[in-house]
Amino acid sequence: MTAPTTSTTAADARGRWGEYGGVFVPESLMEALRRLEAARSEAWADPDFHAELARLNKQVIGRPTPLYLASRLTEMAGGARIWLKREDMAFTGAHKINNTLGQLLLTKRMGKSRVLAETGAGMHGVATAAAAAYFGIPCRVYMGAEDTRRQSHNVARMKMLGAEVFPVATGTQTLKDAINEALRDWVTTVEDTHYVIGSVVGPHPFPQMVGDLQSVIGREARDQMLDQAGKLPNAVLACVGGGSNAIGIFRGFLEDAAVKIYGVEAAGTGVEGTPHSAAIGLGRPGVLHGARSYLLQDPDGQILPAHSVAPGLDYPGVGPEHSMLKDSGRVDYLTATDSDALAAFKALATSEGILPALESSHAVARGLDLAKQIGKGGDVLVCLSGRGDKDVDIVAGSLGL
Amino acid sequence: MSIEVKFDLGAHLRQKVLDGRKLVVPYLTCGLPTPQDFIDLYVSLGEYADAIEVGIPFSDPVMDGPVIQASSVKALEAGITVDGCLGLISEALKRSSTPAVVMTYYNPVHSAGLHEFAAKASAAGVSGLIVPDLPYEECDELDRVLKQQQMALIQLVAPTTPAERASMLAAASRGWVYAVSRMGVTGMQESLASAASEVVDRIKPFTDIPVLVGVGISSPELAVEACRVADGVIVGTAVVKRVLEDDLEGVVGLIREIQKAVNQADR
Ligand SMILES: Cc1ncc(COP(=O)(O)O)c(C=O)c1O
Repeated sequence: MTAPTTSTTAADARGRWGEYGGVFVPESLMEALRRLEAARSEAWADPDFHAELARLNKQVIGRPTPLYLASRLTEMAGGARIWLKREDMAFTGAHKINNTLGQLLLTKRMGKSRVLAETGAGMHGVATAAAAAYFGIPCRVYMGAEDTRRQSHNVARMKMLGAEVFPVATGTQTLKDAINEALRDWVTTVEDTHYVIGSVVGPHPFPQMVGDLQSVIGREARDQMLDQAGKLPNAVLACVGGGSNAIGIFRGFLEDAAVKIYGVEAAGTGVEGTPHSAAIGLGRPGVLHGARSYLLQDPDGQILPAHSVAPGLDYPGVGPEHSMLKDSGRVDYLTATDSDALAAFKALATSEGILPALESSHAVARGLDLAKQIGKGGDVLVCLSGRGDKDVDIVAGSLGL
Repeated sequence: MSIEVKFDLGAHLRQKVLDGRKLVVPYLTCGLPTPQDFIDLYVSLGEYADAIEVGIPFSDPVMDGPVIQASSVKALEAGITVDGCLGLISEALKRSSTPAVVMTYYNPVHSAGLHEFAAKASAAGVSGLIVPDLPYEECDELDRVLKQQQMALIQLVAPTTPAERASMLAAASRGWVYAVSRMGVTGMQESLASAASEVVDRIKPFTDIPVLVGVGISSPELAVEACRVADGVIVGTAVVKRVLEDDLEGVVGLIREIQKAVNQADR
């Protein structure tokens, strides 16, 4: 089954997830969002769209991605078995491609002739550039200037794929500012351009659409657990930047009450008073980038600079579905520091031969703890959202290689 | 001179239009170039302006182009706060009877709490509010709260707003209706897009408060052109650019010229 809709997890007619979400954008974008939602719901109801998406998932992305039993990592942790959902093995190296091929298919359907995207780590930028090349549609990617430096490998990849990369030198020069600039572009070009947003953030219908397209991760992982482990996991974990790989895998298990679900936010250095990216853990509700959600902000409502060693988590907000899941108590949100992530990176590399993305390493870090806590006989499932080739310079520097 | 409590911005501006005048509304980023100079500038501009739009800076202004973004950064770096802004507006209104309209993004309002924000703004003498990232569908509660305080929530209508929706926004707007002249963020332009007059045409039949064209109006010529169909103009980037260059005489000169041009051209 590859149908992207899950009935239990949908925004209401106003695009709300409980008290979160909504549509907080300039009037200039309202008509485009209305049309996007109309096109989305029409496509979602069309078997031909699903058939084409299924074909793309299989032939272009290489789905299903493996469910991988990390035996030596399990031994190292000395507890529950650790299973990895290998989104790092998806085409272009992360879960982001699940979303971008779906959105590009919709772009074509809407008759739009150009796409734009923002990117933090560059994985969404690369996935958009590849999908745009596949469909023959011109693509522009906004990326914080700081991120173009720390993820230069992905900048080169995007350019090779024919995308224009625009460094953004305003604000913190990271993901937040890249989204600001993409929105400014879109306000100007919305009549012929689709904005391929990279996570479950932004105004309705983006959180719905991206979440639905990513939910293939959880559907596959649940079937694979039953097939390979013979049971569901005790715990599921994923890192949370905007939260799309997390929503993707969580959606597969939300109704399995016995399965504990954990999102892992980035704590930065972990030193009190320094910037971090734990919007749910340490923020309060506010409105940024089109939606109401947990947000890092000062008492005046100014957005605070975020930080993480993982550029894809370096964002002061989070998708509205997560805010709802946090308040309902269905998902627990933990944090991992920069050094936790680096240690987990090293552990996974040396025990399994896998170089994980620094984003995913945050989930691995807390997964190792939980495996110990749960103990032998249990099973822990971690979403390995992407591969770490992009991070070799950061990690080599940090580990003194 | 201070504004009376039950001041109705829409009725006040409408009367001016009925008297045959075109309206000019400059935009100032609050607290620039310095808090004291801001107050003086407000007072001097008030001589020629029909209302003044005061921007309370936000860290992530997605509707603004580079010039107003730079002004927001500068004001925030100088330490301006929401309360600080309202304090400066209140000081300015002690010396000027030109109504103040606050323009800010939704998060600072949401963060303060809608009731608290409205109460403080009202106490400062603010007549209306523009929140460019708060579309009609999300504005019920703020609209209700502002009405209790006799403040106007000004709606924006864009070139992409379909006719039926434009009529709804026009009817819902208070103070004036903000006709966005083109697709894009604030900035300057050489000529007025034909979209501008089409937007105004879509609004006019559905309201009797003034319709003002904003975004990109940077010269007396463009203002005159916009006023062929509209009741007036909002001048943002062209003003803020001069403020950032510390050319305060230039600011007053520009607004004086625009006021003169739009109110002569019609005779
Ligand atoms: C590999 C990887 N994982 C996770 C993320 C975080 O995004 P999200 O929280 O939307 O999954 C990114 C974003 O760039 C990423 O590249």
